[in-house]
Amino acid sequence: MRRDAIGLGLGVGVFGLSFGALAVTAGLSLWQTQVLSLLMFTGGSQYALVGVLASGGSAAAAATVAWLLGARNTFYAVRLAPLLARGPRRAVEVQWVIDETTAMATAAEPDGRAREAFLLTGAAVYVFWNVGTLAGSVAAGLAPDPELLGLDAAFPAAFVALLAPRLRADPVAGAVALLGGAVALALTPYAPAGIPVLASLVAVAPVVLRARRTSPTPDVTPGLTPDLTQRPTDGGTG
Amino acid sequence: MWPLVLVSSVGCYLLKLLGLAVPQRLLAGPGARAAVLALPVALLAALILTGTFGSGTALVLDARAVGLVVAALLAWRRAPLLVVLLGAVVATAVTRAVL
Repeated sequence: MRRDAIGLGLGVGVFGLSFGALAVTAGLSLWQTQVLSLLMFTGGSQYALVGVLASGGSAAAAATVAWLLGARNTFYAVRLAPLLARGPRRAVEVQWVIDETTAMATAAEPDGRAREAFLLTGAAVYVFWNVGTLAGSVAAGLAPDPELLGLDAAFPAAFVALLAPRLRADPVAGAVALLGGAVALALTPYAPAGIPVLASLVAVAPVVLRARRTSPTPDVTPGLTPDLTQRPTDGGTG
Repeated sequence: MWPLVLVSSVGCYLLKLLGLAVPQRLLAGPGARAAVLALPVALLAALILTGTFGSGTALVLDARAVGLVVAALLAWRRAPLLVVLLGAVVATAVTRAVL
């Protein structure tokens, strides 16, 4: 289990490295970048926030996209609640509730080692993510013109890597992606940067309506936790 | 930028905390589950397309499109994240240098 956590950590470290570099390139200071990794600690949200800023979006749009992408952590917390500490420490441990820790903890449940998996994975990911961020932001400070290096292409590429496992896992996801993407593109000439991305959420509505009509009994997370066999391309901490 | 960094970060933390505070029933409906599964998909797709073809409020076709094709191919072939990123970045830079 320790080896799994470290292996996962290394992948996360690389993702953190690229995040640190891109954040600084997009205009955030070293400290601001680091605080994001320490305090927000949700890879997909952090990347999206910086991506929206880099494309000229407003702070409000950037924050909203980050929150929306982070909403699934709420569901993960519901799922992991039983294995967190009781009392005030709970509020500290919950910071580590993300894709990776949820996946590892639920996978270790049959062995009764869920909490151990949660803490080990949480620690590994937290350390590697933050060290990676620091290394990336320091390195980026030394680099020349980002567009010359094609670095602006790194954002869509990272999002592609994050999206791919989801497309593989669920056939309906393709339709949602197409619809959401189309809405965003269609609105781009008519709204400030960031808003078209938020507008893509309308693609969620048909899925919700369909689920309500055909629902069996709900369980919060099967299917929500990313498949661990997808690990190579799902580089994010969420 | 600090207000954005702090407010967005605290908001994300509160979202995690919310999962501990809200009764499971409320979040357990099939509609809620479906929404949370679909949310990142829609947002990621939008981020990908606007990040590739958007330039302020204009839609453009430039070297980033090449980067996207390369990223998609590599991700489809399950390449590690670093390879996907480097592939896209290099492809875009080369296209810019050549065209």
